[in-house]
Amino acid sequence: MLTFVRGKNGDDTELISNLDPMRETKKIEIENLRLAYGGKEVIHGISFDVRANEIFGIIGPAQSGKTSLLRCINRTIEFTAGAKVQGMIKVDGQDVSRMKNVYELRRQVGMVAPLPVGLPLSIYDNVAFAPRAAGMRNKHHLDALVEKCLRQAALWDEVTDRLDSLGTRLSGGQQQRLTIARALSHQPEILCLDEFSIAIDPVTTMRIEDVLKELRKEMTIILVTNLVQQARRLADRTMFLWNGEIIELDSNEVMFSDNPRNRKTYEYVNGIFG
Amino acid sequence: MTVASNPSPRTQFAETRLVRKKHRSELIAKCFFGVMAAAMVIPLILIVVHVVKQGMPSLSWEFLTTNPRLGGIRGGIWSAIVGTLYIVTISLCVSAPIGVLSAVYLNEYAKENWFTRIVHLAVVNLAGVPSIVHGLFGLGAFVYAAGMGKSILSASLTLSIMTLPVIIASTKEALASVPVSFREACWNVGATRWQTIRRIVLPNSISGILTGVILQVSRTAGETAPVMLTGVATFKAVEGTGLFLYNPFTDQSMALSMHLYYIATQANNAPPSLPYAIATVLLSVVLLVNASAIGLRAYLRSRKKW
Ligand SMILES: Nc1ncnc2c1ncn2[C@@H]1O[C@H](COP(=O)(O)OP(=O)(O)OP(=O)(O)O)[C@@H](O)[C@H]1O
Ligand SMILES: [Mg+2]
Repeated sequence: MLTFVRGKNGDDTELISNLDPMRETKKIEIENLRLAYGGKEVIHGISFDVRANEIFGIIGPAQSGKTSLLRCINRTIEFTAGAKVQGMIKVDGQDVSRMKNVYELRRQVGMVAPLPVGLPLSIYDNVAFAPRAAGMRNKHHLDALVEKCLRQAALWDEVTDRLDSLGTRLSGGQQQRLTIARALSHQPEILCLDEFSIAIDPVTTMRIEDVLKELRKEMTIILVTNLVQQARRLADRTMFLWNGEIIELDSNEVMFSDNPRNRKTYEYVNGIFG
Repeated sequence: MTVASNPSPRTQFAETRLVRKKHRSELIAKCFFGVMAAAMVIPLILIVVHVVKQGMPSLSWEFLTTNPRLGGIRGGIWSAIVGTLYIVTISLCVSAPIGVLSAVYLNEYAKENWFTRIVHLAVVNLAGVPSIVHGLFGLGAFVYAAGMGKSILSASLTLSIMTLPVIIASTKEALASVPVSFREACWNVGATRWQTIRRIVLPNSISGILTGVILQVSRTAGETAPVMLTGVATFKAVEGTGLFLYNPFTDQSMALSMHLYYIATQANNAPPSLPYAIATVLLSVVLLVNASAIGLRAYLRSRKKW
């Protein structure tokens, strides 16, 4: 495949080959992203790409801007008064700030929040909420979709016979898997998980991790996590974000080796950061 | 003897003088606050018992269902009941939708800016305006300026303006009790604000919203000053005992609150039990409405979904 790219001088064009196997398709491109809450800047101009079908880990201490970053990608940051975003975020090559149909963007970028949220609806309606909001009415299609998503989230077996009971009455771990099922229900191409294991037990965490390994065949996953080992286990590449700046972004072999490029990465990964 | 010097668990958990003192102050505090809370109930009981006892001689089924005669000092109070019914219904039909919708706007859509701050300020201050001032406003705005004359409609609209800020405040509170995380979960899956409000926020706050509105029924029914100036007559002879005694657009009417005020202060030859009988009816309406609000709230709470 041949692509025309603008050369360094600005007006002449060069031909470059896109056949290089190391060049994978970019699912998300972020360029010089800055975010300020009411004048206080919390993300200071970061740039990175997320490749298609990879698990992209984001680690970093509290307050480093991980959640804020995710909220910029699906533009739910717009619900926060006083938040100001600068720079460029592209999903599939399209500038998100120019997208007219922000609802479609949010359906393309699934989001799982740190604390499980079962909506005060039945389990079935929790999962059918998003497709219905998108206009899907056909009962058969909905049934099939709900079952598929609950299976993907490893919850189907536990709730098959009580799909009509309230989602809010499930246990915390079940609610988190329900949240994942809901995030899958609008068939996203990108799934963002924000510290999904913060409120659930290790066994459930492991089950969800297995789920993620399955899902990566179909979609791109951004995994924000406080557990360094979780990023190490699951991610292909991991980014270390600290105080709104990228300290290091590398493949996991480098990030979690004995000599990553940045000393701080080594210290954080090995728990001697301070 | 190292063993003896260690305090045994038993002495640690025993009741020392200090612990007894704590228990005592705990008990005193509890009783004191309990008595204060109970004291709240006493005036209510005294009022109800006193009013009902004094009003007993005049109370009967006939009293409720016949119209007043001779300037109100004889006969029943049916036309006053109907007048109150008209006024309460019309005023809530106006203030409930407007109040609820503006509260939804303020709580769910509006961003914090100068416009919403002005609206908030207006709501708070409007709620603090004395009812007689509302009456004067209604007199100027509806009766004269809008040319509605003294009528049920003018009186109802005046009361609407009076109840509006309270309905807005109670609705906002009900909406705010639905956790933000529910809304965020909806937005994350690509739902619009309206879809979120309709499917999640309103179904889960409707109990609070309705209770707030219902409580305004008793307030509207009890007000005297605003309606006296805008459309309620001290006495009005009407024929018939149906529900359609008045034309709300043109007629003045009687009302329970006004009737009570007039009989108690202006009428000379009324039987002494008459004002108490009217008060009993008014009080029953208020208590009944409040009880239904409490009942509704309890019922909807029991179906709470999280
Ligand atoms: N709604 C908001 N309004 C103002 N400031 C905010 C808001 N949300 C986050 N911040 C600030 O932005 C910075 C980054 O917060 P963010 O929640 O993105 O961090 P995080 O990396 O997700 O942290 P954690 O690991 O604790 O979840 C913090 O300094 C925080 O105080
Ligand atoms: Mg966070």
